[in-house]
Amino acid sequence: MIKVREELCDFCGTCVSVCPHDALELFESRLVVDEKKCTLCMMCEKVCPVNAIWEDPK
Amino acid sequence: MKKRYDIIVIGGGPAGSTAARYAALAGKSVLMLEKDRDIGIPVRCAEAVGEIGFKRFFEPKPEWISCRIDGANLIAPNGESVRLQHDVGGYVLNRKVFDFDLAQMAAAEGVEILTRAYAHVLLYDEHGHVCGVKFTHLGREYDVSAGIVIAADGVESRMGRLAGMKTNLRLRDIETCVQMTVANIDIDSRFCDFYFSSKLAPGGYLWMFPKREGLANIGLGISGEYNAERPAIDYLNDFIKSKYPRAAILTTVAGGVPCAPYMENLVKDSFMIVGDAAHQANPLTGGGIVLGVWAGQICGQVAAKALDDNDTSKARLQEYEKSWYKAGGKTHVRSYRLKEAVYKLTDDELNKTASKINKLSSEKRTLVSIFKTALMNNPKLIPDIIKVFLS
Repeated sequence: MIKVREELCDFCGTCVSVCPHDALELFESRLVVDEKKCTLCMMCEKVCPVNAIWEDPK
Repeated sequence: MKKRYDIIVIGGGPAGSTAARYAALAGKSVLMLEKDRDIGIPVRCAEAVGEIGFKRFFEPKPEWISCRIDGANLIAPNGESVRLQHDVGGYVLNRKVFDFDLAQMAAAEGVEILTRAYAHVLLYDEHGHVCGVKFTHLGREYDVSAGIVIAADGVESRMGRLAGMKTNLRLRDIETCVQMTVANIDIDSRFCDFYFSSKLAPGGYLWMFPKREGLANIGLGISGEYNAERPAIDYLNDFIKSKYPRAAILTTVAGGVPCAPYMENLVKDSFMIVGDAAHQANPLTGGGIVLGVWAGQICGQVAAKALDDNDTSKARLQEYEKSWYKAGGKTHVRSYRLKEAVYKLTDDELNKTASKINKLSSEKRTLVSIFKTALMNNPKLIPDIIKVFLS
């Protein structure tokens, strides 16, 4: 599943803007992943300017 | 707060504030929702605007302007610098103050403004048309209805997607950006520097925009495709360490800028989209402040007229699409073609362009001559170059 390194995230929303499945939302300065919609395409990880997103294989 | 407004605007940036202001000026009741704690903060922006475009909408107030810019240095991969001093004057704004003032101008026309108000659901009526929004504010949820909802929610553009528009960006159409405001640097504050190089900022550029003597916004945008290989923050850290080793970093912000094809569909029944959310930024430069204000003005005016006509159907609201195409759309289409060509240039081609341009007299060193030289193998783009830079 998608994980966010909170200590690196700037809540800029760049990941939200590319998500093809509308699975990400910046809810009150917290990135929320809708795991029902997420397909692990990892577009969010690719576009994150500060390398705050990663895939936890668990 | 009322239960119903003529118009709800989601997002309190320049596009949202301007749309709200023009709708209120035309006598409409308007509620503007901003998700962050403050209007204008954080500043996810390099803050530069061209003088000519900016003055079309504003008489610049001194407190909006951090720095007046006389020209630009365009720096090739090998370090050769081309100085431009004709028709490139501008300002580096103080966006915190500017955005605050835009919201204040909207409030002066009667717009109600709520910060920390996060809209996350669109409400629909029995005909399937947008009729309001659900938002949270200080831990409570509110349903407020509206004749028209205007989405100005920035590059994330979730509202557009909730309305069924395809607003998500391809990796190649987003510039992934990081910027630091740095002190203790030796700069010429009359000039903006732009660095073009696959080593410094692949598929984009690096900028140094002076805020005042010794202080500047230094940032870069790289194509989302390249960010996948190496994140933007690493490129910027490397540059600042090598170029300005004594710099003190006062703020760091990240962000995405749409540098995308022209978005044709900007309306649905009772729903409009504007600003970065509608990809209304210049795809060649990433500049979006003036375009957001321009589109916001048209959007707010059309929304008010449609309500006067008691017709908020998609067909009626398409007046905004048509007007925006005439205003900024045609140039957007041309600029996107130029972006696609420019981003294919190799470092070697950029070096050769700089060397050729520097042989010209300073009066002949213009954006038109630079693009004509850089894209000499693409003569079919010459009309685009002329229209984009001389209109």
